[in-house]
Amino acid sequence: MPDRSDFIKKILAGDPGAGARMIRLIEADDPQAFGLLRALYPHSGKAFIIGITGAPGAGKSTIINGLITQFRKQNFKVGVIAVDPTSPFSGGAILGDRLRMQTHATDENVFIRSMASRGRAGGLSRATRDAALVLDAMGHHILLIETVGAGQAEFEISYLAHSIGIVVVPGSCDGIQAVKAGILETGDIFIVNKGDMGDADVSAHQLSMVIEMGKARKTGWNPRVIKTHALEGLGLAELAAAFLAHRDFLGTDPDPDKTRKERETLYFNCLVRELAMKKLGAFMETDPAYPEIINQLLAREIDPFTAAEQVFKKIQRKMTHGK
Amino acid sequence: MENKIRVLIAKPGLDGHDKGAKIVALALRDAGFEVIYTGLHQTLEQIIAIATQEAVDVIGLSIMSGAHLPICRKLLAMMIKKGLPDIRLVVGGVIPFQDIPALKQMGVAAVFPGGTSFEDINSGMKALFEKER
Repeated sequence: MPDRSDFIKKILAGDPGAGARMIRLIEADDPQAFGLLRALYPHSGKAFIIGITGAPGAGKSTIINGLITQFRKQNFKVGVIAVDPTSPFSGGAILGDRLRMQTHATDENVFIRSMASRGRAGGLSRATRDAALVLDAMGHHILLIETVGAGQAEFEISYLAHSIGIVVVPGSCDGIQAVKAGILETGDIFIVNKGDMGDADVSAHQLSMVIEMGKARKTGWNPRVIKTHALEGLGLAELAAAFLAHRDFLGTDPDPDKTRKERETLYFNCLVRELAMKKLGAFMETDPAYPEIINQLLAREIDPFTAAEQVFKKIQRKMTHGK
Repeated sequence: MENKIRVLIAKPGLDGHDKGAKIVALALRDAGFEVIYTGLHQTLEQIIAIATQEAVDVIGLSIMSGAHLPICRKLLAMMIKKGLPDIRLVVGGVIPFQDIPALKQMGVAAVFPGGTSFEDINSGMKALFEKER
């Protein structure tokens, strides 16, 4: 790595190469990453973060492509993180989201980063939120984060994004699907894509009705339903406007601290948990007491509950005495 | 998290067949690489921009148009100019054997002409990174 302060300066100036290398360090869990993130943090917190989630093939990437076009018309600098699944078998991945965002490849004010989920459930990679911090510090005004094709419970994105767009395709969402608990509860804007399909209006109508019924959201925002045909670019200006309206709404929220507090707390808890996990990992790899306990466990000389407590106490002692 | 090898698979220029590129992308995925797939008709400027933003370790070009020599020469020059000299360039597709020395000489790290087995591609790709360790 080149000079550290020079590297940070480049990231803050929006240099795509430096930003990209920083995200690699985060993904690789490089020991330098933590310190660099610390230096970038004061320069973050300015970007408006939009999460786009929905089933595989619903049109998330194509919608993001259209949204980039719309936001660029208004001169916003746009950062994108597109997450695709890691193979549980090989650990490899094919990251194909940016295939749909080709038009913006050489626009200097658009930065697109593909990311593999690396075995993380929840629709995002562990590195996603730290990468978002980097794109934020690079000076992108709007971040678009595409989750892996999501089912019903991948709502981790709601801890990261200010505004959530949920993409559904016509016919996939009757009234009952919409009232179930899960990601549909987290939506700020519902996007009925493939609007050329016959039952698009019915789906949009059903969604609107269900949203109407379950209105009492703590933020006071009434979720919008917008019909798009992303491949043809239809409905995207309206969609972009809806996200910006939500941004303005959040800006005027009399009690914005409530959601912010929730989000920051969750982020922080996650971070602490990860640090603790690292300590645990180091213990399992290096401490001779660990294989010892495993052996006792296998020989049924000790029960797993006592064993777990013993391990925990051992780590605790290490942390307090530094040995 | 370990540091995975990130590969950009791109098809420069106008030739319209990407089945080979897709199959290689799949084989690399199955060998544990993270593969960024960009599809057909890439300009060299696009490839450079994507390689920069994605911070890849390898650019893999699939070329069947016969223009592999000028394309590689131009891309290698652009990589140096744009500050990406550490990225390895590899090429596959319809590459006559007599052109391989010329490609290697200009700085192409590995050539996988049509007919190369997946095992050879995987081990050839991994070998690029074992050398320096």
